Amino acid sequence: MADIALHQTEAIAGPRGPKPRAAFSRRNIFIYGTLIVVSVYYLLPLYVMVVTSLKGMPEIRLGNVFSPPVEITFEPWVKAWAQACTGLNCDGLSRGFWNSVRITIPSVILSIAIASVNGYALANWRFKGADVFFTILIVGAFIPYQVMIYPIVIILREIGLYGSLAGLVIVHTIFGMPILTLLFRNYFAALPEELFKAARVDGAGFWAIYLRIMLPMSLPIFVVAMILQVTGIWNDFLFGVVYTRPDTYPMTVQLNNIVNSVQGVKEYNVNMAATLITGLVPLVIYFVSGKLFVRGIAAGAVKG
Amino acid sequence: MRYKLLATALALSAALPFTVSAGATDLEVTHWWTSGGEAAAVAEFAKAFDATGNKWVDGAIAGGGPTARTVFISRITGGDPMGATQFNHGRQAEELVEAGLMRDLTDIAESEGWKNIINPPSLLEGCTLDGKIYCVPINIHSWQWLWLSNKAFEDAGVPVPKNWEEFVAAGPKLREAGKIPLALGGQPWQAAGAFQVLMVSLAGPEVFNKVHGDKDAELAAGPEVKMVFDAAADAREMARGSNVQDWNQATNLVITGQAGGQIMGDWAQGEFQVAGQVAGKDYTCLPGLGVHDVIATGGDAFYFPVLKDPAQTEAQGALASLMLKPEVQVAFNLKKGSLPVRGDVDLATANDCMKKGLEILAAGKVVPSVEQLLSQDSVTQINDLMTEFFNGDMDPADAQKRYAAIIASAD
Amino acid sequence: MARPSQLFRNLNAKVASIPMILTALVVFVGGTIWTIVYSFTNSRLLPRLNFVGLDQYERLWSTPRWIISIENLLIYGSLSLIFSMVIGFLLAALLDQKIRFEDTFRTIFLYPFALSFIVTGLVWQWLLNPDFGLQGIVRSWGWESFAFDPLYNQDIVIYGILIAGLWQGTGLVMCLMLAGLRGIDEDVWKAARVDGIPMWKTYVFIVIPMMRPVFVTALVIVASGIVRVYDLVVAQTGGGPGIASEVPAKYVINMMFEAQNLGQGFAASTMMLVTIAIILVPWAYLEFGGRNRRG
Repeated sequence: MADIALHQTEAIAGPRGPKPRAAFSRRNIFIYGTLIVVSVYYLLPLYVMVVTSLKGMPEIRLGNVFSPPVEITFEPWVKAWAQACTGLNCDGLSRGFWNSVRITIPSVILSIAIASVNGYALANWRFKGADVFFTILIVGAFIPYQVMIYPIVIILREIGLYGSLAGLVIVHTIFGMPILTLLFRNYFAALPEELFKAARVDGAGFWAIYLRIMLPMSLPIFVVAMILQVTGIWNDFLFGVVYTRPDTYPMTVQLNNIVNSVQGVKEYNVNMAATLITGLVPLVIYFVSGKLFVRGIAAGAVKG
Repeated sequence: MRYKLLATALALSAALPFTVSAGATDLEVTHWWTSGGEAAAVAEFAKAFDATGNKWVDGAIAGGGPTARTVFISRITGGDPMGATQFNHGRQAEELVEAGLMRDLTDIAESEGWKNIINPPSLLEGCTLDGKIYCVPINIHSWQWLWLSNKAFEDAGVPVPKNWEEFVAAGPKLREAGKIPLALGGQPWQAAGAFQVLMVSLAGPEVFNKVHGDKDAELAAGPEVKMVFDAAADAREMARGSNVQDWNQATNLVITGQAGGQIMGDWAQGEFQVAGQVAGKDYTCLPGLGVHDVIATGGDAFYFPVLKDPAQTEAQGALASLMLKPEVQVAFNLKKGSLPVRGDVDLATANDCMKKGLEILAAGKVVPSVEQLLSQDSVTQINDLMTEFFNGDMDPADAQKRYAAIIASAD
Repeated sequence: MARPSQLFRNLNAKVASIPMILTALVVFVGGTIWTIVYSFTNSRLLPRLNFVGLDQYERLWSTPRWIISIENLLIYGSLSLIFSMVIGFLLAALLDQKIRFEDTFRTIFLYPFALSFIVTGLVWQWLLNPDFGLQGIVRSWGWESFAFDPLYNQDIVIYGILIAGLWQGTGLVMCLMLAGLRGIDEDVWKAARVDGIPMWKTYVFIVIPMMRPVFVTALVIVASGIVRVYDLVVAQTGGGPGIASEVPAKYVINMMFEAQNLGQGFAASTMMLVTIAIILVPWAYLEFGGRNRRG
């Protein structure tokens, strides 16, 4: 309650948007009405996924996709996690889950470490030619991944990392670099220049300033980068399928395998449960960090 | 707590590969067999291979041959080859062989006399390059089948057709009864496959061989092939409203009597079997669409990439010879719904449809498969044309013109 | 202030930038040049330097599937850009009206972004299925002639993909825009109100121009996603019905691996690169290259 009161006084003191009015003004009806209609469009698929994943197959065959389950069953979830088959492997998504964890953690750490230092160098320590490389990097963000697949197969083969976890981590680091570097560069460029100058006067060097001044001030942008990378890498399909082998397949590849391995009738409920389980990790991260994400985006994007 | 759990799991999953590999030689085998019948069939290979003291590490990749081949090829060219991998017989792995990435199996083939046991001999020819043998053909799959649902025709009040013409004539009746006359999945290879079946069955094996084997573009633009395109237009009309993607979903429409029939290879047999249906009673099969009794001898073959580890190389050899053993051939092919590659095995337990296939094979009424005659590039071009034709309203004459152009530039 | 020697400064920053330089030169530039060179060859399954001039390009532009792919990318790309910008901005502006439950609404609009394209495609394939999806439901309400089956109708299939694409991506744009709106100085609103400028005018003529950097960032993120659209199409329609929803990235992959015609795939990817370069290089130079250095 106190929060709302504060909110309103603040609004009276000087809102960015126009003034709030009575609860049922035409304006409010318009705003909330629009937001609610749009929310339905966004929530419908999630609703259908959840509802379908809790139904048994006979019910799916009869009913429509929107009706709630008559009899709730968790069997599709169990099946998707531990029993669904691809070829002869019938251990569901569980194996892929741990593979995804083992792929995601090192990839996220490495890509963020490299991109943040890059962004810092570009924002505060520009050297001749840096802009050229950065421009190439940004243009590179537009190159379809498919175009790079073959050259990267050759590069990885030449350095002997093809098919290994390390190879996949490098691939994720490379393709995360453009957007992350852009984020960090913008963020660091937006920090007060005086801080940096003062540290220079005190004789601090490149790494000292990065570690002692820049890092502590940039928690929000690190969180944003982490969210982007965790979801991006967790959701990756193409690199996972091309640069790994079946025993290290990430979860998305297994999801695709399970969904496309139609054995007899298509088990929509198991597919939906599998889809939800795969999406759970990034979803949880989003729901937990919602506010931080917006703050970080604000910091990173506003000053282009 | 959570971190501890995570650490334990990481340690466990890291330790796993080492504990398993002790004793037996692991051989990773990649393939794209993921439907019910297919998985049951591949389990027969795995069982037989494990019985030799080695270990079959299954590398199934879902999403069909093209998706799986993408993975196979990038892994082999990327220097991370698997122990053995499936391809269709024919030209799919041609360049990998030329580049020296595939193991030469000639020694094993000679010592086991493959030349004498594999029938028809064209299968082994498909594995041969410059006189050396590079793959093991394991089955014969033919496309030329029309699968009919007896129930659907009963519901529509028409007798089950005996050939393509009767089937087309029954189309409107089926529609009236609320059935889809012809089930057809949305993936491009299915439309192209159906077309090739019409071609070989209606225009006959000679035209088929001349167009695809000799790349006779003039014939492809001529009246014999025009008839095929007109039949394809009929098929297109009958397939409206199928609204499914996967081939076995389309098969399922036939199994449940929602569709009258489906043009699909003999692998559909496996789905009928899994669903507990009986040939002749629940469903009817017409080889060569009931017009020309002829089947194409496409199928699957296993290739063995060159490996450095001698233990694995030995395991490859063991797998290669095992795949042709009579009892393995019988067990695998019964489950898969395909025909064995050796003529000397006993398939007494085969059902009516498979027996029809065996008779045609024994009579030598065979043509090579499209994959054996054309490069993958040309096959893809034809797939694109056919899926465009079957899903739109392209004029048959225009389609034929484009088809002739593809044949003219084919290699 | 005491400036360090030029060499010392360069050294540290350069050492730190080695991964970026390697990525830019070896992977992006090197990979691109490699691809372009091999697009003039007749490489099949394996890359071979057997030059055939412009043959691959001639074939490319006479292939109906490629032409359809390009048309689809143009339609999908322009609509997706326009809609995600407009909807993203409108939603952000609505959320910025000091409303209650802002966090809830924001979470709802943003969550699809956490899901992969594979998941997005599968869900919308299911929702748009004419038999038991939206069309079936509306028909069961009594409106028997209602027809909405974009995934099985060649003429509108690309809009079916657009619906799914927007569902997945608009949330992020909204979030960026909201951040931009929050970054606008409150004095701007006060001054506008004092001058009696109507709200919509304040948005159009004052606020939006001030948010240029945000629009640029959002544009870059959305546009780079559009060119790469692949997983979504594969999961939702597989390029069908027929070849009606094919996209260039899918053509490239299919040519390289399925048709075993690397040369054709490389020619198609080179064309994609050329198109992108024409749009991007001038912009990237203005945005990042032409500014004074600081620090």
